[in-house]
Amino acid sequence: MRLTYRSFKRWLLAFVLVLPLQLSFAAELVEPQVLSGLAGDSNDERAKSITALGLLSTPGAAVVLAALGDGNVLITSDGRILLARGDQQVFDPTTGVTQARPSDAQSLTLNNRLRRALQSALASSELFSAQTSTRLAAAQRLQKEADPARAPLIERALNAERDQNIRRALEVALASAAIKSPDAVIRRNAIIALGESKNAAFKPALLAIVTASSSGQYAEPDDTVRAAATLALKQIEQHQTLISWVGNIFFGISLGSVLLLAAIGLAITFGLMGVINMAHGELLMIGAYATYIVQSLFKQWLPGWMDWYVLAALPVAFLVTAIVGMALERTVIRWLYGRPLETLLATWGISLILMQAVRSIFGAQNVEVANPSWMSGGITVLGNLTLSYNRLVIIGFAFFVVMAVWLVLNYTRLGLFVRAITQNRQMADCVGVPTGRVDMLAFGLGSGIAGLAGVALSQLSNVGPDLGRGYIVDSFMVVVLGGVGQLAGTVVAALGLGILNKIIEPFWGAVIAKIAILLFIVLFVQKRPQGLFAPKGRSAE
Amino acid sequence: MSTPQVEVTESLDTLGSGAGGEASYGRPKRAGVDTTHGAILYLDSISVVFDGFKALNNLSLDIGVGELRCIIGPNGAGKTTMMDVITGKTRATSGTAFFGQNYDLAQLSEAQIADIGIGRKFQRPTVFENHTVFENLELAMKANKNVKSTLFARLNSTQRDKIAETLDMLRLTADQQREAGLLSHGQKQWLEIGMLLMQEPLLLLLDEPVAGMTDAETERTGELLNELRGKHSLVVVEHDMDFVTQIAQGGKVTVLCEGSVLAEGTMQQVQEDQRVIEVYLGR
Amino acid sequence: MSVMHTTIARHSSSRLYSGSTWTGIAIVVAFFACLPALNLFFPVDHPLHVSSFTVALIGKFLCYALAALALDLVWGYTGILSLGHGLFFALGGYAHGMYLMRAAKSSPEILPDFMGFLSWKTFPWFWSFTEHFWYAMLLVVLVPGVLAFMFGYFAFRSRIKGVYFSIITQALTFAAMLLFFRNETGFGGNNGFTDFKKILGFDITSADTRAVLYWVSLATLLGSLILARAITQSKLGRVLTAIRDSESRLRFLGYEPLGFKLFIWTVSAILCGIAGALYVPQVGIINPSEMSTENSIEMVIWVATGGRGTLIGPIIGAGTINGLKTWFTSVFPEFWLYALGLIFVLVTLFLPQGIVGLARQLGQRFKRIKP
Repeated sequence: MRLTYRSFKRWLLAFVLVLPLQLSFAAELVEPQVLSGLAGDSNDERAKSITALGLLSTPGAAVVLAALGDGNVLITSDGRILLARGDQQVFDPTTGVTQARPSDAQSLTLNNRLRRALQSALASSELFSAQTSTRLAAAQRLQKEADPARAPLIERALNAERDQNIRRALEVALASAAIKSPDAVIRRNAIIALGESKNAAFKPALLAIVTASSSGQYAEPDDTVRAAATLALKQIEQHQTLISWVGNIFFGISLGSVLLLAAIGLAITFGLMGVINMAHGELLMIGAYATYIVQSLFKQWLPGWMDWYVLAALPVAFLVTAIVGMALERTVIRWLYGRPLETLLATWGISLILMQAVRSIFGAQNVEVANPSWMSGGITVLGNLTLSYNRLVIIGFAFFVVMAVWLVLNYTRLGLFVRAITQNRQMADCVGVPTGRVDMLAFGLGSGIAGLAGVALSQLSNVGPDLGRGYIVDSFMVVVLGGVGQLAGTVVAALGLGILNKIIEPFWGAVIAKIAILLFIVLFVQKRPQGLFAPKGRSAE
Repeated sequence: MSTPQVEVTESLDTLGSGAGGEASYGRPKRAGVDTTHGAILYLDSISVVFDGFKALNNLSLDIGVGELRCIIGPNGAGKTTMMDVITGKTRATSGTAFFGQNYDLAQLSEAQIADIGIGRKFQRPTVFENHTVFENLELAMKANKNVKSTLFARLNSTQRDKIAETLDMLRLTADQQREAGLLSHGQKQWLEIGMLLMQEPLLLLLDEPVAGMTDAETERTGELLNELRGKHSLVVVEHDMDFVTQIAQGGKVTVLCEGSVLAEGTMQQVQEDQRVIEVYLGR
Repeated sequence: MSVMHTTIARHSSSRLYSGSTWTGIAIVVAFFACLPALNLFFPVDHPLHVSSFTVALIGKFLCYALAALALDLVWGYTGILSLGHGLFFALGGYAHGMYLMRAAKSSPEILPDFMGFLSWKTFPWFWSFTEHFWYAMLLVVLVPGVLAFMFGYFAFRSRIKGVYFSIITQALTFAAMLLFFRNETGFGGNNGFTDFKKILGFDITSADTRAVLYWVSLATLLGSLILARAITQSKLGRVLTAIRDSESRLRFLGYEPLGFKLFIWTVSAILCGIAGALYVPQVGIINPSEMSTENSIEMVIWVATGGRGTLIGPIIGAGTINGLKTWFTSVFPEFWLYALGLIFVLVTLFLPQGIVGLARQLGQRFKRIKP
């Protein structure tokens, strides 16, 4: 027969479909020889039989062992082993047939020795159970036992095991068993292997080796083994430090990306236009609430597309906040150009009004905004560190927004006009730049970006009327630190502050870290008022 | 650095103004400024560079005690920058500036420089618009200008007289209670000159003092400056050649171009200098 | 900054106010001084009785007015917009509060309850001597004063101006609020200090004590007004307004602005701290939300509404806005924030001179109409 791709697929499919059936069928039964020991006279034989059942590690054997544990094993006078199913029925593990209970069947009782054997056997068999959770639990139990005699069994399980988590647990079990080996060389090798694995789970066992008891005695007599243990501990701790640093930096970048998104809109309005917009936080909040509304609409009208509501929320939030921003500019801010302190106060008033309006419409409590499925969960790196998807997405999004802003400012006419007005408003007026309109559009752009930031924030934290308040001080700090009118400065400042915050946090706690950062900025700006990236050239007073 | 506290109580002892440029002895001395060598201001190879642009390029000049020096030159020559360096508004990138023998201007703040006796009149009038004419003069008046003295300051009769005298000279007596912002442009210029005089400086720097003035006002300003010559040392930056001729009177004129001195001499010498004609005065 | 045609002192005369103004002030002071008397000496159902609630409320307003006055000194006269003056107010309040917490227990060694919850056994070092009233009063003056002095020194020396300075003051008070919210800081955490019982041996809730506190507040306000007026009428006051209008020009006249700014900034902080210290026993509670940025910005609008650079204006502004707040929050609570926001916008757009400025304009127009 020609082995075409199609026919190959068909054979493969057939084989794959039939295989489990065959396996399961075969695995359900137990060979009579294995069981015969149970029916024997001496406890030795019974113990051996139990151990053999454990080593079999088939579902059929597991059933027998479970029955042993429950006290449901019966022996007939002719040496058959039957498992009770209620009072009337029995199940024959060698044939898989359920039948009526024979009158001469007697219960098999266990003594302590048999019980111990049963425990280990159960553990062994569970290592090969079809269920992941059972296998994992069994591996973890074996870790605690640390019995060198188990080693071959564990190795066998390791070979068969595909699941990473269980593999790791089995390795630990193997190593912890090996640590107790009577042979010093084996012990040392096991310890070296543990160190190489850099797995923090081994720390307690290693610590037990290197710490002396209260009387000054070491549990481990061999010096070289102790030395190896110390080395292994150091390896593990270094790796842990590495993980925690990488973790801190990741969370720092994540926080930085949030700050960046929140501050970029402000960098445009404050940095480029000199407008202090204290309502900026509320624009963030409006973006977040727009996301909430889009989510609710999707829930009602497009439930099948729920996963994509975030993408739809982006343009909605942008438009809504841009419109709000432009309305603000036309009605209030326009009259206050050149008077930054007045703008500050007026926009603060607007922020109060906006917050209260949202409270009246949506209520004062937080509203529920859920992550879509492609943003839930995360990837695990370096063994222990989980990088959640929503944070990764937002980091990417932040850079995308920065790029977009940079392109708009440097490659569009609007951007050109905005830059002209920033440098010399009167001259721009004279050469025909429509300053009024450009002001409005630029402010709309900055506000729209705040809306986008609000969408991102809705995915990370709670959405409530005072969402904006939590970010306004931070946003201003980023803009002031980064240097007014400089996009690069905003990026560096935001990321820097985020990372700095997360690095300090493990030492001093979140609150003190925040206070320290604020004080740092206060001092820094006094030393260097123009910020990190100062505008070049002679600056007007 | 403590502010040099200077009390001028000595009478101004003058021995005639003499032609500007000649060092004369017996000049009024602040307890502090050492003018024994006859020069009150030394600028030595001053360079000021803004991001690659050389505003001042190895500028050297010195002003004698009691002299009235005119500085002329095209726009961008660095005249205002030079004044900025002297008064401490801008720091020189290289070179030294000395007031007398002993005050290194690079080490002092603007307020300290004003306090040791350098006064400046700016190009555009910068009086305090919300204060009255009287208050403007009072603020400028030479006095102890630290916090405590200012808090408990009371005008005594000598000071009142001085202010009245200045008001008279400025012809602003009738307007003394008016807010300075309401004065005409020319009146503001005069007020600022008056404020400068109230400081009783040893060295006056005047940046285009007659810009925007009528002919009559310009002539009066010229008369005033001539009166001051000898008692004070003056540096006058101007574009109005007639005015410069009126006040130069045989004294030295310096021509600046592109940040350094192009020519120096009497007004006549300078007007006949080929380089100056080419660069500035025109044929 | 809009050009302000405020009348600053003409000659350096020794008269602070004109005769008619003094009369006006005297009448107003007398009126307000009567209120506690009306509360104490008339029974409840008498038509002239003033309720204890009103006395406490006006007493609170007097403290706010003092804070507004303090802010006007730095903002209206010197052009330094502080968005963190609430910090000084709160620090003064906390200083007094420490004494009151000690006095609330039967003996000075007993720890306040919140320290018990933290399982502390002794007072932290910064609580020492706070059982003495005079020491607490010293702290009321020193803590805001020293903090203001140090912060001001570094800030003004670096020549930070305008908006940057304002943002930094906001950051400062925000950081302080975060600090005080922590329980471990030792100031009661987010509950702050409350449950006061006695002050100088007198029952703090009795009508007599309330009246005395009220009169002390009124006297302090009057005294501070006179002090502020004296400062602003002096040559130093003219230097301050010169700093506001054109700081660099002033340098060239020989004045070093650092010392002057530092002086008025510290005086303002101390007055604000005193206001906070008078506030706390009358209101009965102090917590970190007094340091919030919202509170500080609200103080600014009191000054702006009343008319900055006038001293009396901010007092009127503080009274007006807080009066409106009290009325709104009892009748239309959901609308108060709308109203406040609207006040911010309208005052900055249409009333840059505040109520006092408006009154002056109307007065001048009236004078012109009269033949």
